[in-house]
Amino acid sequence: MLEILLDATVRAGTPILFATLGAIINERAGIINLGIEGLMLIGALAGFSATYFSGSLLVGVVAAFCVTFIAGSFHALITVQLRGNQIVSGLALTMFGVGVTALFGKGMVGLTIVGFERVAIPGLSQIPIIGKAFFNQDMLIYFSFLLVFLVWFFFYRTRWGLGVRSVGENPAAADTCGFSVSLYRFFAVTVGSGFVGIGGAYLSLASTPMWIENMSAGRGWIAVALVIFAGWSSQRAMLGAYLFGGITAMQLRFQAMGTTISAHILQMLPYFFTILVLVISTHRLQKGASQQPEGLGLPYDREDRK
Amino acid sequence: MSDILHIENIRKTFPGVIALDDVSFSVAQGEIHTLLGENGAGKSTLMNVLTGLYHPDRGHIRIAGEQIHFTSPRDSLACGIGMVHQHFMLVPAHSVFENILLALDKVPNFYSRKTYQAKIQKLIDEFDLDLDLDTPVWKLSIGAQQWIELIKLLMRDCQLLILDEPTAVLTPQESERLFNVLRKLRKQGKSIIFISHKMREVMEVSDRVTILKKGRSIATRTRGDFDESILASLMIGKDKIPQWQKTLQMSDEIVLDIQKLSVRNDRGLSDLDAFNLQLKKGEILGIAGVAGNGQKALAEVLTGLKNTNQGRILAGQKDITNSNARYSYIAGIAHIPEDRKTIGIAPDMSVDENLIMKSFKSGSFRNWIFQNKRAIRRNAEEKIEQFAIKSGPDGTPLRYLSGGNIQKVIIARELSEHPAVLVALYPTRGLDIGSAGYVHKVIADGADRGMSTILIAEDLDELLKLSDRIAVMFRGQLVGYVDPRKTTREEIGLMMSGETPGDSA
Repeated sequence: MLEILLDATVRAGTPILFATLGAIINERAGIINLGIEGLMLIGALAGFSATYFSGSLLVGVVAAFCVTFIAGSFHALITVQLRGNQIVSGLALTMFGVGVTALFGKGMVGLTIVGFERVAIPGLSQIPIIGKAFFNQDMLIYFSFLLVFLVWFFFYRTRWGLGVRSVGENPAAADTCGFSVSLYRFFAVTVGSGFVGIGGAYLSLASTPMWIENMSAGRGWIAVALVIFAGWSSQRAMLGAYLFGGITAMQLRFQAMGTTISAHILQMLPYFFTILVLVISTHRLQKGASQQPEGLGLPYDREDRK
Repeated sequence: MSDILHIENIRKTFPGVIALDDVSFSVAQGEIHTLLGENGAGKSTLMNVLTGLYHPDRGHIRIAGEQIHFTSPRDSLACGIGMVHQHFMLVPAHSVFENILLALDKVPNFYSRKTYQAKIQKLIDEFDLDLDLDTPVWKLSIGAQQWIELIKLLMRDCQLLILDEPTAVLTPQESERLFNVLRKLRKQGKSIIFISHKMREVMEVSDRVTILKKGRSIATRTRGDFDESILASLMIGKDKIPQWQKTLQMSDEIVLDIQKLSVRNDRGLSDLDAFNLQLKKGEILGIAGVAGNGQKALAEVLTGLKNTNQGRILAGQKDITNSNARYSYIAGIAHIPEDRKTIGIAPDMSVDENLIMKSFKSGSFRNWIFQNKRAIRRNAEEKIEQFAIKSGPDGTPLRYLSGGNIQKVIIARELSEHPAVLVALYPTRGLDIGSAGYVHKVIADGADRGMSTILIAEDLDELLKLSDRIAVMFRGQLVGYVDPRKTTREEIGLMMSGETPGDSA
């Protein structure tokens, strides 16, 4: 029972984990991206169609990354180069994503592909209770584990990562040290968007190997909230994503057991907990040291006189 | 000596402002060249042009004889020009190590922490500094942060160092130490552009001095060719400084009594820690201390911008620590804030509107629920006349006025209701000498009328000139009071670094 629940937790949490990591990369560079929901949909459709036409799941994942990379570059162009309003641009990106995937996804509805299959890791998958949940999964889930580590390593052990964090905290400091603020921000937004796209592709290539209109169902917004819960750290993003995944898994379990509680109430639970977690984590943030990048949401203009 | 830097006819304008009109000067190898000028003369703008942050509208920069065009700070750094900005270019949330690493050139993407930590540590040891590489920068004192800025430049092997008012955040003793380091660097053949408006320091370290005035370079003098009075007259020119006389008439009546006050900041650290202060009626109480030792929190508590954690504030016999009593009392406290553009005024509103912000509720400026435009205008005309505000055409948003005139608007508004207490936080920061003199005059005149002033300033000379008593703060605590007529700069300097004097006044 616990094993099944844990397994479902990881599977439900993974798309959100990818999206949260992508959003963290955006926000660490100082750019708020509210287009996550739209990017997930774009990634889901791009991944599904590429796999459908090529027959290769790898091509699907790469396509999801590339197409959302391009979609994210619009947000980057508007917010970084043109110093536009990040909130408006992000919301526009979400609406664009919902609309454009509904339009181009029409022909894909009802088609099927062979999705990602489980690959048991010898040895590790034999560990009681957690073995099956973490080490008898598909390749994308293994990649998400790796990505959590890579994002941390990138931020804290490479010079590029230091640059990204610095342009997010104090762009003027990075600028006077010779870093190009716009270049770092641009690539943080686009690469971050690409990972969000892989999160979307997980939905259409692994969770349910088909295309359903609006299949992200608000997970992008959950990711936006989890960034704050995670305090912009990749490891805590994992925790947050699985917390949300766990509640999703549990409510599905309840429904399957046939309780008398309305299914609508149960489906509401993960979102309700997200709000709750957000309230608690923001409250805690106000008390202690804030982890929010100081330059978050602020366009950088070198000649702006303060 | 060969010139390593040569600047010709630089001009830089911002919308509505000519920051630099026509500036030329040169820096030789191995010299300390001081840029002297009043606030607003364009020193910082000029340096931002030199570091590639601003693009000049016209003019040339030549380095070692070669004409250079900077498109970004990267180009300027590549030419060996580095700057310690007045507002530090540090990332407060990052560690000392990360901040210095950020400034280093040619660090591989996958760098070895150990190698670079050792390299940085070596330089820190060379200057005998007490810096822990893993401490986040926000935990350090402002003085220590400045050392990090300097180390950043030295690690990068900059040949021309620019220091923009570096002593503003140091005690006199710390400044002396900085000057020793600068002399040592000069001996190594590095050139230094030193920016200051403190005459004493300029005399001490400069090989040459260039005087900037209203965006123009008006003279360059070599050591031996200048003294304080020559420089002062070149710098100020024919500008009139308002004259004022201070009469000593301090009474023993205590108007504000702060007892064991503690205030914590957003990061949970104590800005004020069991802080005591007594303000007497009609006195000007100067507060001395290195920036960041709790002065700002003190002003914020007294003006209602911050809540207290512990301790009491008594006004006369009345306890005003608790919110309701405090806010009604605070309504009577005049406040000249530190950051005049963001806290002091509503920058996009007109002079008329800004002038009634403290009293817009009173009946004289309204007809029922509508504004009484005529009364508001009449009030503005009176104040503009009385305080000699150059306000531009009617309805001009306040942001377009000069710093001095904005400060006059704030003062006119704050003093309009004859307050008993004035809290002035760095009231002359960024003002030209004429406007600063005017602010001094207003404060001294207020004292004559019985107004008590808490004057927080960073310039010791200003405090010594104006105050009846000086209280010295260190790490959120009161070190002691001194009598400005008897004390010395050295004594205050020692107290600013936390040493209690043997015989406190």
